[in-house]
Parts: sequence; C-alpha cells; structure tokens
Amino acid sequence: MSDHAVALDSHDEKHVAHQFFSAQQQYESGNLGMWLFLATEVMFFGGMFATYTIYRIWYPDAFRIASSATNVFLGAVNTVVLIVSSLTMALAVQSAQLGKQKRLVAMIVLTMIFGSIFLGVKAVEYTHKWQEGHVPGPYFHWDQAEGGREVQILFCLYFAMTGMHAVHMIVGLGIMAWLLVTAMKGRYGPKYYNPVEISGLYWHFVDIVWIFLFPLLYLIER
Amino acid sequence: MSEHVATYDSASESELNYLTNGWSWKSWLLTTDHKRIAILYLISITIFFLLGGAFAGAIRLELLTPQGDLLEAQTYNKMFTMHGVIMIFFFLIPSVPATLGNFLIPIMVGAKDLAFPKINLLSWYLYIAGGVLGLFAAVSGGVDTGWTFYTPYSSTYSNTAVIATAMGAFVAGFSSILTGLNFIVTIHKMRAPGLTWSRLPLFVWAHYATSLIQLLGTPVVAITLVLMMLERAFHIGFFDPALGGDPVLFQHLFWFYSHPAVYIMILPGMGVISEVVTCFSRKSVFGYPFVAGSSLAIAILSFFVWGHHMFVAGQSTYASLVFSLLSFAVAVPSAVKVFNWMATMYKGSVSWETPMLYAMGFIGLFTIGGVTGVMCATMGIDLHIHDTYFIVAHFHYVMVGGMVMAFLAGVHFWWPKMTGKMYNDTWGRIAAGLVFIGFNLTFFPQFILGWLGMPRRYHAYPEEFQSLHVLSTAGASVLGVGYLIPMVYLVYSVFKGPKVTEPSPFGAKGLEWTIPCPPPTENFFAPPVVKEPVYAYAEAHEENTLV
Repeated sequence: MSDHAVALDSHDEKHVAHQFFSAQQQYESGNLGMWLFLATEVMFFGGMFATYTIYRIWYPDAFRIASSATNVFLGAVNTVVLIVSSLTMALAVQSAQLGKQKRLVAMIVLTMIFGSIFLGVKAVEYTHKWQEGHVPGPYFHWDQAEGGREVQILFCLYFAMTGMHAVHMIVGLGIMAWLLVTAMKGRYGPKYYNPVEISGLYWHFVDIVWIFLFPLLYLIER
Repeated sequence: MSEHVATYDSASESELNYLTNGWSWKSWLLTTDHKRIAILYLISITIFFLLGGAFAGAIRLELLTPQGDLLEAQTYNKMFTMHGVIMIFFFLIPSVPATLGNFLIPIMVGAKDLAFPKINLLSWYLYIAGGVLGLFAAVSGGVDTGWTFYTPYSSTYSNTAVIATAMGAFVAGFSSILTGLNFIVTIHKMRAPGLTWSRLPLFVWAHYATSLIQLLGTPVVAITLVLMMLERAFHIGFFDPALGGDPVLFQHLFWFYSHPAVYIMILPGMGVISEVVTCFSRKSVFGYPFVAGSSLAIAILSFFVWGHHMFVAGQSTYASLVFSLLSFAVAVPSAVKVFNWMATMYKGSVSWETPMLYAMGFIGLFTIGGVTGVMCATMGIDLHIHDTYFIVAHFHYVMVGGMVMAFLAGVHFWWPKMTGKMYNDTWGRIAAGLVFIGFNLTFFPQFILGWLGMPRRYHAYPEEFQSLHVLSTAGASVLGVGYLIPMVYLVYSVFKGPKVTEPSPFGAKGLEWTIPCPPPTENFFAPPVVKEPVYAYAEAHEENTLV
C-alpha cells in the first residue's frame, strides 16, 4: 500500500474511483478493458468478413461486376476524411497529455466534424444506391447483362458491413460528445487523460475497419 | 490514501454489511456493489429458471402419451424452442458467472469491487432488457424455430416472433460480453499483493477461461443473429439459396459461438466443484496447475470443434474428420479435471454436507455426459444418433446434471457467505438426493429412446416408446420437486435461519472466508495481503497438530 500512496498526490486522488487503490491501477484497467472490448469488436466484424470471404471465393465474377457499381470517388473521399479524423483524434489525446485545454476541445470538435462529414457522404451514397435500385430485397434490380443473381449478395454485404460501421461511427460521435462536455469542464490533463485515450482507441479501431472495407467493397477490380 | 483507509475503518465500526447498507429500491436497482448485483442476478435467473422449467413441464406432459393429444404440433414446437432459449440464454449462461462469479471474484482476488462497477450494473440491465424481449416474444405468439434459429426456416418461413426472440438473445449476449470483460480486467489488474497467478483459486481460473469465450465467441453469434434478422426483416439474402447464399454458413457461424458457449455453461461449474471438493476433503487440490490449465485448454479447444454439429449437414468428410478428432481432444482436459477431483478426495478427510453431495452428483453425471459426448463426436455413431433423444440426453447430462448441480452446489456452499444465514442441512441433503434420482430417472431413459431411434422435437411417437417416456416424465416430476425444496428452505433461512457468526462456517480456505458473513460493502476492513499458498489445508492441519 505504501508505495501506491507515494505515487499519489491530491490531483490524482479525486479521479481515482473507489474500487481502485491507485491512479496507475485505474489507468491500466481502463486500457486493458478497451483493448478487450476491441477484441470483441474484431470478432463481431469478423463474422461479416468471413461471410464476405466465402462468397467472394465462390462468386468472384459477380463480386467484380457488382463492385464496379460502387462510387469509388465518394468512397475515396470518405477514406481521406476518416484518416484525417484519426489524426485529429490522436492530437486530442496528445493535447490532453500536455494539458493544452483549448487545443483538446478544438481537436475533439474537429474529430466530430470529420465524423459527421463521413456519415453525410455515406448518406449520399446510400441515396444513390436506392435510386439505382441497388438496395437488396424485393426492389433490387440489375440492368447489366453480366452478373447473375449472385450480384445481390455483394450488395447485402455492402449494406450490412458499411451499415454496421456507420452504427459504430454514430456511437463514436456520442462518445465524442460526452468527451467534449467533460473536456470543457476541464476534467482532463497530464495526470488524468485515460478516457480521452481509450475513446481514441475506439475511434481508431472504427477507422481501421473502414480501411479494410474500402478496398474489399470498392476496389475489387480497379 | 487516507480516504480509503477511512472507509475501511468506518465499515468496521458501524458493522454495516452489504445487505443492511441501504434499504431503498434505489439502493438496490442503482447499486454498483458487485454483491448486490449478484443478488439481483440470482433473483432474475431463478425466475427464468422457473419459467423455462414450466415449458419443460409442458413438453414432458405432452410426451406421456404417444398421440399428440395435449398440444398441437405447432404449440409443441414453441414449447421446446422457448424452453431452450430461456434455459440457455437467460439461465445457464449467466447462472454461475453472473451470480456466484459476480459475488466472489472481486473478493477472491482481494479487491473492493470489479474493475468497472457501472458496466457491471449495465450488464444486468442488458440482461433484463434481453429477458423482457424474450418474454414479449413468448406472449406475442411464441417462437418455433428451435433455439438454434436455423435458416432458411427462421429467416423466411416461420410465422412466429423470431426477430423479437433473436433480439432478446442478442441483447443478453452483450450482457455476457461485459461480464466477461469485467472479470478479465479484474483478475489481471486488481489482485491483492501476494496473490500470484499460482495462488488464484480455481474458481477464478475457471471464470477467466469462461470470460475468454464470452469475449471472443459471443460477438460472432451476435453478428450472425443480426444477419439473420436483416434477412428476415428486409427479405434479403445472406443465407438464402435462391440468391446463391448458403444456409449451412449460418450453421457454421452459429456454432462457432454456440459450441464454445456450452463451455460457458460448464467451466464455471467446474470452478465451483474444485472449490467444494477441496474444502470438504480438507486437502489441497491435487495437481493444481493441471486443473487450472485444463480450464484454459478447454476454452481454447472449444473454438475448433464447432463442425461436429454439421456431420450430416453436407460438410466435407475430411473437415468432419478433423472436427471429430478435435472434439475427442476436449475429453482430455475434462478428464484431467475429473481425475484430479478424485485424487483430491483420495486420503482426504471427506465429509458429506449438502454442497459436497451436489458436487458428487456433478462428477458422476458430468462424466456420463462427457463420455457420451465423445460418442456423439464419433462420425459413424453420430450418423445414427444425430437429432435423436440420445443427443438430448447427452447435453442434459452436461448442462443439467453438470451445470445446474454445480450451481446448486455453489449456492449452498456460499449461501452463508451471501446471506449470513445457515440453511437446514437435512433438507439440503434430501433435496440433493431427490435431484440426483429425479435427474437420472428423467434423462437416462432418453439415452435408450434415442438409441432406439426416437427423434427429438416430435410431439407424437410410436407406441413402443411410451414406457420409456412415462419413466422420463415421472422423473421430471421428482426433479421438479427436488428443485422446489431448496427454494423453500433457502428463502426460509434468510428470515428464520440461524445466524452465521464465524467467517468460515465450513472451515474453507480462501480470501472470501476471512471476512464476515455477509461481507461489508467494501469487502475487506483493510487491504488484504496474501501470504500463504492456495488451499493451504495441509498447513492448517499441521499447525493444529503442532499446537
């Protein structure tokens, strides 16, 4: 106990929840908890990636043709937007560590803006898909002679995977909003930045999922 | 630091325990105390157990006669589906981890609470939300797909509340993930000074292994159910052959979780049995590293055996061969446990209190369930017994004969710790005997039925099977009485039972037995430091003889 007590000063103390003995223990628990949650998320998306892999091996032609109907320009724009949002997120964590309060708030706001742009572009893409009749289901239709019935499977996967990714983006924006409110109250600083850091881990994870989705869905033969 | 010490001191002075520390509804429903959350879980899973048991009762009543005279085929399908869904997702999976695990793991590692107490409370609310969805499905027409939700029946043809039920399982799954996450972080980061990995109680090791499965398996079934629900709601196809999809892919994804999930439903029970056997043998567990390691081995192997559910579903024979061999391999760590429990009892000073009786029931019934599991994993035999009552009997021996027995063993073992009251041991032994007899009478005839060719999930059957079915139904009534008796005397003991004054009424070792019954809100009066090895019964004995 005594060595824990040495490591603590009064600033640490007020952030340490009652179940922990030290700020260090709380910090390590928070980090481990988020990494474990991300492991869960890998398995969650993994189910869809496995489904994708199997059907792509079975129907390479249908996937190639269906993929050409995606809007690669908007997809690329969104990829850039998300990578930039990861940068601002990383800068937010750094700002918290350095105690730069104003920059922390600004970076969280920027991350939220980029996240919203991504979702906006995604909404435009979904609208196009609807207008072109590429939303799977009873109203699905496919004009091109090539492709066959299996093209629909790629669109099922497209909507399931990007849709589940978008749900994660929306949750991420919710977390960012909470971070923003607490950051404006001045809760984070060099001694206590763990919530910013682990929210950042989540945000980067959601970005990485997109980094895999973009080539698998948009770039099959381009 | 002074603040923490102050809370410890104030707890010891006021003599408040976690049960008396606040009486309002709010102090229970918004509590972040792991012990209170464990009690909330205990009450909720008991309600679901009674409900699932009622569905089982309807099944057994229908099967009294060869004709389908009590229930129509459609109603019967709903009965066994809802029995399975409720028992698996709302009773067995949370049974030991969310109640005993929640209560004991922080105490066993010497912590004041789990690492994330609010997430722990959230997991209970998710469980309740999932349960409410499941109940909503039950009253709004029920569901008839079987608990496995196989496509394309679930996604296209069934006219029942499939989405509500699957959504209930999905939400309850997140409760399970969060519990597992909380346990792993707690076990890694919150152990008391001196509590090394080789001094962790085997109950904690078993929960660590369980948590790994919850964390890595549950999300897969979650996404699988999502894809199935999307397919059903929007008439699209991931598993629809009309669009080039493959229904067997659903089975692969489903069993990738659901086979590991059966180890979620047995590993925590094994943890309970390790604690009970060593306590009532007054001897340290034989081969501690092997018992601990076998939990991890079971958890790891569990992820590579799912294909044995698809031997007759058009899976490649070579794949089936590999899955069959890997399934055999699970028998090795399971047998390690059983043999080590027996070796623990060998030359021990064995006594036969209620928890030990249940533990003995567990060892015998789990062994039968496990050995018949090896039979089921043999491809040639499986062709004969697939989808028969042999399978039904096999997994009930593991889940009911195993897990429910272990749950009852654990509840009786830690009841004085949780409530501060002692139950009537005579009634406890009578009930344990009735449960054992009733269980065997219910499920042993089902092995024979299955071997003779009685398929599962049928409400009518040829007349020559009737005598065995009557035996089974008779056994189910004995079993039902056996389950009701503990509910009566345990509840009675809370109000009228004798108070437990000593910290360790059974003379058991471990951090949870060093604190009062029931424990104070902060668990320990001062941060514990562990100085002796785990299960130091021999050392205690030597000290006594020296004195």
